[in-house]
Amino acid sequence: MRVSTVTTRNLSYAISRGRLSNGLRVVILPDPTSPVVAVAVYYDVGMRSEPEGRTGFAHLFEHLMFQGSANLKKTDHFTHVQGAGGVLNGSTHVDYTNYYEVLPSTATELALFLEADRMRSVALTQENLDNQVAVVQNEIRVNVQNRPYGGFPWLQIPPVLFESFANTHDGYGSFVDLEAATLEDAQSFFDRYYAPANAVLAIAGDVDPDQVMAWVEAHFGDIPKRKGGSPAPFAEPELTEERRSVVHDTLAPAPAVALAWRTPDPKNLTTYLPYVVLTEVLTDGDASRLQNRLLLKDRIATSVGGYLGIMGEPLDARDPTPLLLEVHHAPDVEADTVIRAIDEELERLATQGLDQDEVDRTVARMTARYFRDVDPVLGRATHAAVFEQQRGRAELVNELPGLLAKVTAAQVKKAAGTLRTDNRAVLELRPGSPA
Amino acid sequence: MTRTVPALAKARAVRLPAVSDTVLDSGLRVLAVRRPGVPLAEVRLRIPFAAPAKGSATHVARAHLLADTLLSGTEQRDANEIAVALQGVGATLSVNVDSDRLALGSSVLLDGLGGLLALVGELVTSATFPKREVEGERDRLVQELAIHRSSAGVVAREALFARLYGGHPYAQDLPLSDDVQLIKPKQLRALHAARVLPAGSILTIVGDVTPARATAAVAKALAGWTATGSEVLMSHAETQVSRATLLVDRPGAVQTTIRLGGAAPARTDADFAATALANLVFGGYFSSRWVSNIREYKGYTYSPSSGLDHPLGGSRFVAGADVATAVTAPALLETLYELGRIATSPVGQDELDRARRYAIGTLALGTASQAGLAGTLSQLAASGLGVDWLREYPKQLNAVTVDDVLAAAARWLAPTVLTPVLVGDRAAVADSLQGLVELEFG
Repeated sequence: MRVSTVTTRNLSYAISRGRLSNGLRVVILPDPTSPVVAVAVYYDVGMRSEPEGRTGFAHLFEHLMFQGSANLKKTDHFTHVQGAGGVLNGSTHVDYTNYYEVLPSTATELALFLEADRMRSVALTQENLDNQVAVVQNEIRVNVQNRPYGGFPWLQIPPVLFESFANTHDGYGSFVDLEAATLEDAQSFFDRYYAPANAVLAIAGDVDPDQVMAWVEAHFGDIPKRKGGSPAPFAEPELTEERRSVVHDTLAPAPAVALAWRTPDPKNLTTYLPYVVLTEVLTDGDASRLQNRLLLKDRIATSVGGYLGIMGEPLDARDPTPLLLEVHHAPDVEADTVIRAIDEELERLATQGLDQDEVDRTVARMTARYFRDVDPVLGRATHAAVFEQQRGRAELVNELPGLLAKVTAAQVKKAAGTLRTDNRAVLELRPGSPA
Repeated sequence: MTRTVPALAKARAVRLPAVSDTVLDSGLRVLAVRRPGVPLAEVRLRIPFAAPAKGSATHVARAHLLADTLLSGTEQRDANEIAVALQGVGATLSVNVDSDRLALGSSVLLDGLGGLLALVGELVTSATFPKREVEGERDRLVQELAIHRSSAGVVAREALFARLYGGHPYAQDLPLSDDVQLIKPKQLRALHAARVLPAGSILTIVGDVTPARATAAVAKALAGWTATGSEVLMSHAETQVSRATLLVDRPGAVQTTIRLGGAAPARTDADFAATALANLVFGGYFSSRWVSNIREYKGYTYSPSSGLDHPLGGSRFVAGADVATAVTAPALLETLYELGRIATSPVGQDELDRARRYAIGTLALGTASQAGLAGTLSQLAASGLGVDWLREYPKQLNAVTVDDVLAAAARWLAPTVLTPVLVGDRAAVADSLQGLVELEFG
């Protein structure tokens, strides 16, 4: 049972783009199939850019962007979008912060107005800042502190793998830092990073591109040009020896272990995509190398996962970025037993390689999953926005499947050879309190 | 300078997808819709899997392990061959079970649809449940259940359902580890033979393929699925109201997990649309009173939300928020206040209109992708509703008045008809709660 050809499965969404005189980049993907539209704004600032002493600030600021703007009071943003039949959210990542709405296409201009209003200016009060600090602290409680494996490994392994503040600090933030945040901090963060020239606006769905561009001009065009803060490079030297660390989790009933390596710069897709494919060869499904070995053959694990990027978003992160493996195992299995089995599989892949057939079927499923991501207008808008922001090429929305299909078995083998014992970080999670 | 918020453009008439609806000789019902877009097909197969009234816990345990081991082998292929075959056609295939049904969900590259359906045909007719794989998955399921139950949300959900449903199968929808440990492969084979039947099963396909071709492909691939027998229907789940608030101790917890649940009308009931709107105004979306109150003004919590869901034995309403330990009592007070307020005072016309537009708008958003449409049609069909509901429901929503919302809220959302459960640090929260509610400890 095989698909006859996994060759080029490129998509053919129409894409048009523009740039306003204030520097805002605009990408439009019209599609009349359903009467809905997605509007996404990507600001080129994430957790890595927040200042020392202000851990969690990029995320806190994302919350503040919903608290009022040039012409809108607190709660207005939500009321307008949802009252028009739409949904909305924002999220903070290591290298960007995004805001989006998905609505009936009758509300396209409304969504553009709302995003323009908060790009123009954010309206902050001490009361709203205090309120959102409390909300974010509760977000951290529910997602990290009161949850088994909360923050494992995404908040806990960066300090083992990296050195610099930018790459190692907890992007959710310490309660002390969150409580220290001031209105002045917020205003200067806005001024520096939320400039039109530091943003990409993407619109996908049931729209006429000329009409949309006219609305964009009308609502965003007179936002003053501000000096945009382009992200600083976060590069740092590779590890030269294995680093290990242990965390304890009083809520967790069973241990887990995470391994992380640095990948090549994601900017160069030719050398990076083999790592994206390698991750899936290792961990996607029962036929993958590590699931097969740890779950089916040795039965020493409860679950096996692998992903690229600290937040599991292979095509959304800048350099440096990790390849991570995460294995949960029973208390009577030693972490080293799990690590040894992984080492053997990596060694086997690096020395014996794999058939092109194994690469092709892995890519077939990656391609299908990618199609599923971009079928909804929101997935299309968010992929286009981040491709445009980090790579200057929204067209990758259409081109990515073709690029994946070009990855060869030799490239995957070579990539596996770089996941060595002497350049990795290992983090064990042990249930209970430290002895 | 004050700028004017743009008005909404006029909506076009809703165009419903054309759904082909065929019952095969075996009794399997096939729904198919052509929806162009990406070159994928979305497949959903629902097989009725209701627990019997007697021996429900045993059934739940076996049903979960059956779902976990269905892909472990057929008469034609072993587990690895199945996994490789799925990859080869770009398919993800999930198997999961709840109190009502066993569900196979897949998305597959369009030119692999035939291959995927052939595999589904094997799974429903000749799954083998090999001893080694069953034992391995059994141990894994026990581990997973332990991890699952270490989460406060799961503890709260289990406590709520136990109170709400008493002796009905819905009272315990997660397996107990002790029941899982005892399972033998032959018991899974017997359960498969008895319950994986075409009668009452519904297969939905959405993708860039004509309904005729899709239906023919299903008929061919599942021609061997001829097992006879009739569907076991889920019995009506009568809910019980507990006046006292149950507090489950989670020593040291930094938050208290609040859940309140009760019965709700089904989508076919006369007051469903009004109840759905009452839920939205109360806590069913971000612009609701409850979210505004305990999150946006008081900062007690990150993610309060309420909603209606529709298991076949009876619909239910559940409201949930995880609040900082120190503000547990005031957060519960505000929750009871907002429930009491919507149950006793009319909502504003503007609140109602916003909720209405949200309900209608998100219905369109939910069906605007292949996966969304497949999921929606599959769920509606299980409740006996067709695609027409997507046109009829907005009409019902448009007819709802402020008085209708008040009546619905009084009946379904009032604090006196809901069962409250808290999971939190008893030593830290019990004293202040005693002043507000009657506590029971669990």
